[in-house]
Amino acid sequence: MSDVYVMGIDMIRFGRYPERSVPQLGAEAALLALDDAGVTIQDVEALFCGNLMQASGMVGQRILQEIGQTGIAVTNSSNACATGATAFREGWTAIKAGLYDLVLVVGVEQLGKAGLLGGRGDGRGIPKEGLLGSGTMPAVFAEAGMEHSRKYGTTFEQFAKVSVKNHHHSVKNSKSMYQKETPLEMVMSAEMIAYPNTKLMCSVNVDGAASAVLASEKKARELGMGRAVRVKASVLTSDPYTERDLVMPDVNTCTRRAAQQAYAMAGVGPGDLDLVELHDCFATAEILHYENLGLCADGEAGKLIDEGETAHGGRIPVNVSGGLLSKGHPLGATGVANIYEVSTHLRGEAGERQVEGARIGLTHVIGLGSACGIHILEKVA
Amino acid sequence: MTKAAAAAGPLPVVPFLKIPETGDPYLEGRRCGECGAIYLGERSTCSSCGARDRIQPHKLASTGTLYVYSIVHRSFPGVEVPYVSAVVDLDGGGTIKGNLIHIEPSPEKIQMGMPVEVIFRIAPTKDREGNEYLTYYFQPREM
Ligand SMILES: [Zn+2]
Repeated sequence: MSDVYVMGIDMIRFGRYPERSVPQLGAEAALLALDDAGVTIQDVEALFCGNLMQASGMVGQRILQEIGQTGIAVTNSSNACATGATAFREGWTAIKAGLYDLVLVVGVEQLGKAGLLGGRGDGRGIPKEGLLGSGTMPAVFAEAGMEHSRKYGTTFEQFAKVSVKNHHHSVKNSKSMYQKETPLEMVMSAEMIAYPNTKLMCSVNVDGAASAVLASEKKARELGMGRAVRVKASVLTSDPYTERDLVMPDVNTCTRRAAQQAYAMAGVGPGDLDLVELHDCFATAEILHYENLGLCADGEAGKLIDEGETAHGGRIPVNVSGGLLSKGHPLGATGVANIYEVSTHLRGEAGERQVEGARIGLTHVIGLGSACGIHILEKVA
Repeated sequence: MTKAAAAAGPLPVVPFLKIPETGDPYLEGRRCGECGAIYLGERSTCSSCGARDRIQPHKLASTGTLYVYSIVHRSFPGVEVPYVSAVVDLDGGGTIKGNLIHIEPSPEKIQMGMPVEVIFRIAPTKDREGNEYLTYYFQPREM
């Protein structure tokens, strides 16, 4: 089977675009990616589109109405916050299967000022929120973080440091929603949403789009491998049965399984990674995923953040883009945008925030419910 | 007679809360006879081991220990905050989520692993038809 290469990839700046439509946002990213690859829509053999909020709205076809209705196969994917990674993987799978040599992937979302709490659950009987605990996203991920505190004594301050770091990283990313420093004191004294997550420890709801052009080995050679990025592993898992998953969505087990499979597929280990973009939907989550992805031993995530190992310049920089906490989290676009970030470093084109000498990177997203998508990418030239 | 006849007493807030004709209310899960996994709702096939038609009703304990919690300060409009969202491991198996009450909502006061008990109360809100609901809460338990 052919290796699969990222030949072009880009994203629009994450932000709020109330005057624009979802297909327009997706189309802008798609054109950027096509230009980056040096191809046109006439060269593309299939489109894989990820979008969550308009999952029944044929978003991929509407993007083609903006950039060229060539009659190609369009597949629309929705998989919670793993939607973008799922669309990317569908494209990867199709090339692996030998069906196509060149495909386009788009992840796009328009959230506007959607509340940070998430959905309201079922409407039967009386409302359960605040009566039978909380199903809001900040509380669900707070409880997941408290499980880590319970096992290892992780503190509110350690969780808060994740947010300080990612906001600090975003200062050098012009495509980030926010680009401002948030010192520890500011993060910890921000409005408490669901202890231990304050408002600055919750990801930002934004509009955004990101797109990638994927090619088979044959097509990649034809186009030129100079800036190509090899997809070393593409893995998708769902949550296996675990004891408490009826009331505590388990984001750990599916990540651990996906990581194991991805490292095996790529023939690398966590020690080979030069940078990681992981799913910091809440500050608490990033701590869990340090261990889930094997960046440190179980129980050492608090130490990892304390010692600055995951900061830019540290042993294993995590979320140098600013992460979901500062760059923003446009659900369907998130999983393609983090592949953009890693690819840009592997190409040596990340400017001020470049991780020097980056050769291998990993991206990770989690959709609650649950889906975990992991990709391992490698510099070619 | 419609089932909304108010004289019949409160309705259960969730299907796994049982209100017997006589005696105290209790929680009832479902247990897989093959692997012992415990569920809170109806199902015919075990999602842990895949066994079919081995799922039986299983009365849940009214005592347990606090597994984890969050103190919720921001919720949907109309929901009174702060409150403690708690995940409780029941003695003898089963994990449920609910509000932990009769404790100060402060990380200094709440200890993960602390013993709690399940208590039943009429919920503060009614549905659109005016039906009352019986709900459950957790409270600290003296050892
Ligand atoms: Zn079973």
